[in-house]
Amino acid sequence: MSGLLDHLPALQVVLPLISAPLIVLVRRQRFAWLLTVAVSWISLAIAIALFVKVGQTGVISYAIGSWPPPWGIEYRVDALNAYVLVLVSLVAAVVAPYARISIAAELPREQEYLLFAMFCLCLTGLLGITITGDVFNVFVFLEISSLSTYVMIALGQRRKALVAAYQYLVMGTIGATFYVIGIGLLYLMTGTLNIADLAERLRDVKEIRPLLAAYAFITVGIGLKLALFPLHQWLPNAYTFAPSMVTAFLSATATKVSVYVLLRFYFTVFGASILFEGLPTADVLLALSVAGMVTASLVAVFQDDLKRMFAYSSVSQIAYITLGISLANEAGLTASIVHLLNHGITKGAIFLLIGGIALRCGVVSFDRLRGIGQRMPLTSFGLVISGLSLIGIPGTAGFVTKWYLVVAAIDRGYWWLVAVIVGSSLIAVAYVWRFVEVAYLSEPDERSVKRGEAPASMLGFAWVLVIGSLYFGFDTSFSVGGAREAAALLLGGAR
Amino acid sequence: MSLASHYSYWVTIFLMIAGLFIVIARGNLVKKLVGLGIFQTSVYLLYIAPGKLIGGTAPIIASGFRAYSNPLPHVLILTAIVVGVATLALGLAIVVRIREAYGTIEEVEILEQDRREEA
Amino acid sequence: MRRDIVLRVIAKILIPFMLLFALYVQFHGDFGPGGGFQAGVIIAASIVFYAIIFGLPATRQLVPEWIVESMVASGVLIYAGVGLVGILLGGNYLDYFVLDHDPVHGEHRGIFWVEVGVAVTVSGVMLKIFYMFAGRRRDEDNG
Repeated sequence: MSGLLDHLPALQVVLPLISAPLIVLVRRQRFAWLLTVAVSWISLAIAIALFVKVGQTGVISYAIGSWPPPWGIEYRVDALNAYVLVLVSLVAAVVAPYARISIAAELPREQEYLLFAMFCLCLTGLLGITITGDVFNVFVFLEISSLSTYVMIALGQRRKALVAAYQYLVMGTIGATFYVIGIGLLYLMTGTLNIADLAERLRDVKEIRPLLAAYAFITVGIGLKLALFPLHQWLPNAYTFAPSMVTAFLSATATKVSVYVLLRFYFTVFGASILFEGLPTADVLLALSVAGMVTASLVAVFQDDLKRMFAYSSVSQIAYITLGISLANEAGLTASIVHLLNHGITKGAIFLLIGGIALRCGVVSFDRLRGIGQRMPLTSFGLVISGLSLIGIPGTAGFVTKWYLVVAAIDRGYWWLVAVIVGSSLIAVAYVWRFVEVAYLSEPDERSVKRGEAPASMLGFAWVLVIGSLYFGFDTSFSVGGAREAAALLLGGAR
Repeated sequence: MSLASHYSYWVTIFLMIAGLFIVIARGNLVKKLVGLGIFQTSVYLLYIAPGKLIGGTAPIIASGFRAYSNPLPHVLILTAIVVGVATLALGLAIVVRIREAYGTIEEVEILEQDRREEA
Repeated sequence: MRRDIVLRVIAKILIPFMLLFALYVQFHGDFGPGGGFQAGVIIAASIVFYAIIFGLPATRQLVPEWIVESMVASGVLIYAGVGLVGILLGGNYLDYFVLDHDPVHGEHRGIFWVEVGVAVTVSGVMLKIFYMFAGRRRDEDNG
């Protein structure tokens, strides 16, 4: 058995990978669901085992095909990506069992198993991006996850889902291609694709201009993927029209994994010292993040659709993460990394709960949700709690992030930034309040009178994440502890 | 380092910009995918061209040959081509479904229909 | 076109040779240009050729949809399976060297099966794409 434990990095990616074709081969809806649940739980177990092992023994390196790095592809687990692996597989492990009833209600029966196969592929891609130590391998996994994401979005009920999937496909492909151009330039300058080796060899490169081009291409490419403020156009439609469980899974994982790639490139590959001192990167990223935080929150306030409102809120929350990156000190990076987890869990909870509302009410526009607080008390209460975490009320996970962001801003001496962070949180109060007003303070809509609470399995798994978003507000030993270690690792690599 | 000696880069950049321009400027969904294809093709050239060694042969060790072209870019681009094919197939499949749902593949008309539906 | 006797006869003569050529490309991949990817596309092309001459319904009978879908899945499974066998035999994932008594033979065996997997999946995917696009237009014409 100890032999198998050495292969955990490979199994982390391979198990979801082989379950996708198995699902297609068997073609049974129930089998598809059971296998997806099993695989996502095993993935979570593997991710936790890897996280523990990294804590004990340091970096784990796994050579695919026994080709030693940097020649072969290396899977490399360190404090940062072990953390992201846990996040991705945790969300998958909650979303997969939730999905059965939700998918049965939203998709034709003969398409269900295909959606589960796509879900497994998407999980493979996201875990692969995170675990691999090879920049071209990142591209391959990025496309595996993206292509399966496009399919899952296109499976949404309304025809607008098709247009949303098409738009995302075009923008996502441009983003991925920009990324390949960037790593192509890096490869031309260094002759290697291994992340650790790349970082080593870049120090000796004298000709700086191709590196700057590569840096720009990678920033824009990954920026498209993670919905950095002006490049977020694909996100609201994609989140609004995708099936509920897909929205929950994507909002909690896909953009987060892209942020991880950005962190990897900025700090491990390029090294913060060269980039952030010689270039206006930090200022540009700071400006975009501030613009994103404020504008996207403002736009969210004026949406009529619950799902769309929280999609815009995602754009502003991602801006908090990039804000932490732009500050580039230990508190800022800790805030970014911890917000990957906090926002992932909070937004996952919100979209899972909205999936329950969609099941009962059909549409999730505000005029149909009046009085939902009495009809679906647990769902509404969960949404309010997660909303508080989005705002950053003390006692919720969101507060922890805001705290570290403020500390980081003060460290840099950006007092105005503290005001902006508080201001954008106040805008978040406005849009969460809109839901409270509709749910609790409005007369019940006749059309929603007879509809009760969502099925227990859906509600239960959604509440797992809601409780998670409270738990990480109190006990931060895992979330902040892991994030701080990862931040130290990134900044250490930069020196 | 004359301009002419790097002509493969000029071709690459031309294809890159042309492809991206088509994606942005054309309203027809199929034409957008064509532009996307051209854009991706430029990357294939970016990788492949520097891998070739003038006078070099295929990287199979044999007597009489001393210079070999770099096979790694070819392998990488083979993967990228497969990804490109998959993207194109999926994109076209979505366009077919859009055509069935909206009766058009012009972006302007689709957005117009969506707007009318909202109102 | 389905009534044209010249096309039908030529097609029937050509298709076996196309398939044979696909096998040649597949197995010669060890020594020269070729391999599973190209072979898979040639196999798919020969069946698309059949469909153009004899029509889609006849092709659907010859190569039913469920076989195509299983091909898509099983090729990936063969590929991933080779990797897992590597783990079972004491190597790393996708380690070819442990598959046989010495590394060179092991490598041959590993690449052979990986290429089989690639060929099966590629021809499956190509046919699936063809069926989906061709089938759709036909539905619209009839309806």
